[in-house]
Order: sequence, then structure tokens, then C-alpha cells
Amino acid sequence: MKNVLLVGNPNVGKSVVFSRLTGVRTTISNYPGTTVSYTRGVLKLGEEKVEVVDVPGIYTLEPTSEAEEIALKMLQSGVTVINVVNATHLERSLYLTLQLLERGLPIVVALNMWDDTKHQGIHIDVEKLRALLGVPVIPTVALTGEGIKELVQNIPKATSPNISPRSRDERWAAIGDIISQVQHVDHRHHTWLERLQDASVKPVTGVIIGISVLVFAFLVIRLIAENLIEHVLDPFFSGLWAPVVLRLSAILGGSGFLHDIVVGKVAGGEVNFVESFGLISSGLYVPFAMVLPYIVSFYLVLGLLEDTGYLPRLAVLMDTFMHRLGVHGYAIIPTLLGLGCNVPAVLATRILETKRERFIASTLISIAVPCAALQAMIFGLVGRQGAQYVIIVYGTLFVVWVFLGIILKHAVKGFSPELLIEMPPYRLPPWRVVLQKMWMRIYGFLAEAIPIILGAIVVINMLHLFGVFRAIADFTGPVVNGLLGLPKEAVISLVIGFLRKDVALGMLAPLGLSAKQLVVASVVLAMFFPCIATFVVFLRELGVRKMFMSTVIMILAALMTGGVLNVLL
Amino acid sequence: MSDGQQYLITLTKMRSGHSGVVAEIQGGFGLIARLNSLGIMPGKRITKVSSMMGQGPVTIEVDRVQVAIGFGMANRIMVKLDQVS
Repeated sequence: MKNVLLVGNPNVGKSVVFSRLTGVRTTISNYPGTTVSYTRGVLKLGEEKVEVVDVPGIYTLEPTSEAEEIALKMLQSGVTVINVVNATHLERSLYLTLQLLERGLPIVVALNMWDDTKHQGIHIDVEKLRALLGVPVIPTVALTGEGIKELVQNIPKATSPNISPRSRDERWAAIGDIISQVQHVDHRHHTWLERLQDASVKPVTGVIIGISVLVFAFLVIRLIAENLIEHVLDPFFSGLWAPVVLRLSAILGGSGFLHDIVVGKVAGGEVNFVESFGLISSGLYVPFAMVLPYIVSFYLVLGLLEDTGYLPRLAVLMDTFMHRLGVHGYAIIPTLLGLGCNVPAVLATRILETKRERFIASTLISIAVPCAALQAMIFGLVGRQGAQYVIIVYGTLFVVWVFLGIILKHAVKGFSPELLIEMPPYRLPPWRVVLQKMWMRIYGFLAEAIPIILGAIVVINMLHLFGVFRAIADFTGPVVNGLLGLPKEAVISLVIGFLRKDVALGMLAPLGLSAKQLVVASVVLAMFFPCIATFVVFLRELGVRKMFMSTVIMILAALMTGGVLNVLL
Repeated sequence: MSDGQQYLITLTKMRSGHSGVVAEIQGGFGLIARLNSLGIMPGKRITKVSSMMGQGPVTIEVDRVQVAIGFGMANRIMVKLDQVS
């Protein structure tokens, strides 16, 4: 099968073109470095099937980053390249185009974001550009699909004109020559979006905008989630689902092993969806009525933030602060992703330049950044005791994040490279992209979480039955009880936390913990081992040795923080 | 002293809102290549948008695109100013 590679600078819309060509949905955002791995898909070209690869963005074929080194290896003979170019930044995009041409690879150029050139008063003579480059040049608007058909028709026409290798200066000179012949830019005044762009990176206005954006995002997330729970999901479960559960409970005889696994502990004709721990009671209520609403609202808001183009500006704003934690400002993007799920967050640390930064950022995320599922349970369970306890949990995790960062910065050898990023223009988020991305992420949560949650409930019930938990609880009792001030049964929740943090926190509900104990348990649970999915990604991305180091730090930090909280509160 | 030398200044010392032309990048091959690929090279007209306090990154506009540059890197970019500040 023939290979088609989508190659271009970061944030020019390669993934959008990829989705259009293959129908494979990928995460699309408005910041450089959204795509950190290679996505493959199939395109039908007449009778022939062609494999299309979405390559992470690169600026040059001189390998200056890991992404560029890998891309270079893929650009061997036999591949056809669709060079996706941002039509509004033609000049800097052409550097990579010329390098690709010099390698003698057959190329089609997709002049993407063509619609933006009109808004920005940029005039490009496509015919002339085609003649000068000697390859097909197709204006496209991948977001709307404009020009994609023509692009596909031109893939077989990809050519490689004979161009001898040039030096860097010769290349830039050639580009200057091409630009002067094909591009003309009207002078125009700043639009309000551009003025907002400027204000976002100025010290005073930037901080005001930054704080407003984050506070507003937080409020909207809570507003949507709480309303979903209060007006949709709770009424559904208590009104419609509870009778079904009770009916089944009666059919199964009201008690016994099978009954307890399927229905859970039902007493007095009422279903306690949080505490009963049966497959069709807690097994459905926890993921759908407690966690899902927060997943939906979090990813809706995150998607909007990603697609406006604000996040790189937040990175600039946070850069000085983040340097104190041993990473540069761009690490704020994986960190924010971590508030949804730690798995994509650890993957996203690939946008950081060095192994050291990736280690620090990943360790900080897996220890001090609670995922949305866990946060939903914290709101649900700890929130019942009073808002101040939720604030203590978050405050503690934040302090841990900062302190641990400062320690890691000094303990891990090396230095933090400096920030150097191109900022995307502000855009009104395309609703189709936002909703599609939200749906992908929600589906990902459901597909991964539901089987594990249901499996965990079966396992928990079995282990209870066989008395395994009692043995573990007796064994670890002194530490859990003496150091953390928790009943020894709470250790079971910490063990289950390795599977799913939401179920784990749910297990604490029947223990009748005091508010203080609940705070300690939530913090320790958040910091202790990441869930198994994060563990696996961490291992794959950073290796056994780093994972081991991170785990040791994790256990020490979790026990110390829990112990300190136990004494202080 | 020629006018050119008079107005030569590092990007970090340049004032926000001022414009100029990149004169020189005082760095190794790697730094120069990375800056070049973002459109920052001698002869390029740039406008400084802002700089963050506490030796934070400098944001400039070049070819109608905003680029944020860490303080240390920005310190190695020499700019010939349009106006005397």
C-alpha cells in the first residue's frame, strides 16, 4: 500500500485535513503541538487504498527536536507528501516545503486556511506559486472541507521537480524571491480579536484576563455539572431506576452472593446508590450520575479553551512561575489536560523539549493533579461535608504541586529550556470541532471507565467475601490508622484506587468517615499511585527507571502529606 | 558613530510597542535555526508586543504572527530600532 504523509508546521491544520481525508477523528485544537503521535488512516483513491499518516508538526528537516527526528526517518523514498501550509504564514511555511522538494519527494501542497487570507488582506497568486514550485498547489479550508476533493484528485499528480540541495541562507533567499512574486499584503488595522491577543500577553491585562478565564471556566464547569446531576441524572436514578433495582432485588431473593454483586446492599426498601456497591446500583450510578456530568462539562470548557487559541498565551503568562517548578510555561497545557484525565496529559508532555522536563511534568501531574473522575467524587462526597473541606483538598494538592516542583527542579539534574512558541491567532471556536472533540473524549471515558468500574465492583465483592480485604486491612492497619488517622478498612480504597479513583473514593462512603478523615483520604488517594492506565502510559513514555523513581516520590509524598494533614486538621 | 549602531539594542531592552529590524542573533546554529523557522532572522521587521515581569518571556509580532521568546533567547536577539526611546 502506498503511503501518504501529512507534513507541515505545527498548528496549520494537518489533523483537520487528515480527518477530512480518512474519516478518522483526531483531536483538533488551536495550539501548536496538539498532535504528539502518529495517527494512521486509510483513504480510497479510486480503486486503490492508500495509507495516510498524520505527522506531528515540524518546522524543518534539520532535526532540532524529537518530533523532527522521527519525521525525518519516515520521509524515505516511496512516500508521497501532502505538505500542509498555512496560507496566512506562507513565508515561514515555505522553508519546509523547499527542504521537502530538495529531498526529491513527490509533493502536493495544500494551501490551508485559505479563507483566512481573505479576512487578513493577504493576496496569493496560486498559479504563479504552482509554477515557481513546480508542484500542484491546492487552496483548502479543511474545517469546512473546501478544496479537499481537489486535493485528493491531485495526490496522484504529486511531482518532484529536480532541485539541488541549498544552504539555509540560499533557501531563505529563494523564499524571499518567491514571496515577492506571489504574495501581496494589504495594510490594515488591528481587529478587536488582535487587540485582545496583545492584551492577553501584557503583564497587567494578561493577569486579569488569565484569572478571569480560569475562574469563569471553573464556574461554568460546576454550573453545567451540578445542573445535570440535580435536574437530569438524580431524578432519573431515584425516580425511574430505583424501582427497577428494588424489583430485581426481590427477584434475586433479597440477599445472597449473587444478589449482593448484582444489586448490592439494599436495606429497608431504599437504594443508596453511593454505598450499596452492586453492579446495577453503584456500578451505574457512580460513572453515569456522579462522574459523567463533570466529564461532559469539563471537556466542553476545555475544548472551548483549546480552540480559541488562549492556552499558549496562558503558557506565556505562567512561564516565570513554571520555571520555578523546573519546567517552562508550556507545561501548563498538559497540566490542564490532566485535570480531565492523567493519561492524555502524560502523553501531551511530549510537547516539552527535554526528558527532564517530561519527567518533572509527568510526575507532578500524576501526583498532584486530580483527574475529572476523582474531582467529581470529591465534589460529590467531600462537598456534602461543606465547601471548606473541598477547598482544603484542592489547596493541599496545589501546595504539594508547587513544593514538589521546587524540590524536583533542584533534585533532577539539568536545566529547563526556554519557552519559544508561535501563538495561534484567536478564533471563535468552530462548534462542530468543539462538540466532536467533546464526544470523542466522553466516549473514550465511557469505553474505558465502565468496564473497569463494573469489574472493580465484582472484584471488591469477591474479595470481601473471601476475607482478603480483612487480611490486608489488618496488615496495614498500623500505618493507615497511626499515620493517617483513618480506619484500617480505608486501605482497601487505596488499593482499589490503583484501578479507578472514582470507585475508590466511593468505597469510603459506607465507612462513615468524619469530614477530616474524608479530606485526608481524598488527598492521599489523589496523590497515591496513579490509576493503572496512567501507570502504563507513564511506563511506556518514560521507562522503568523513571517510573520507579516517580513511584517512590509518590508514596513518600502521599504518606507525608496525609500525615501532616492528620496532625494539622 | 553611525546611526545604526546607536539604536542597536537587545530585544529584552526594547520597549513594548516599538518596532525595529532584527540585526543579529548571537547564538549557535541550533538557536538560529529555531528562531529562523519562526520567521525571526536578520533583516526581519518586528514589533515588540510585551514582556512579562520577572525576566519572563518577550512576545513579538513578526510577519503578522505573535511569537513568545524566553528571556535568555530574547537577550541574544539584537534589534535596530526605528525610533530613539
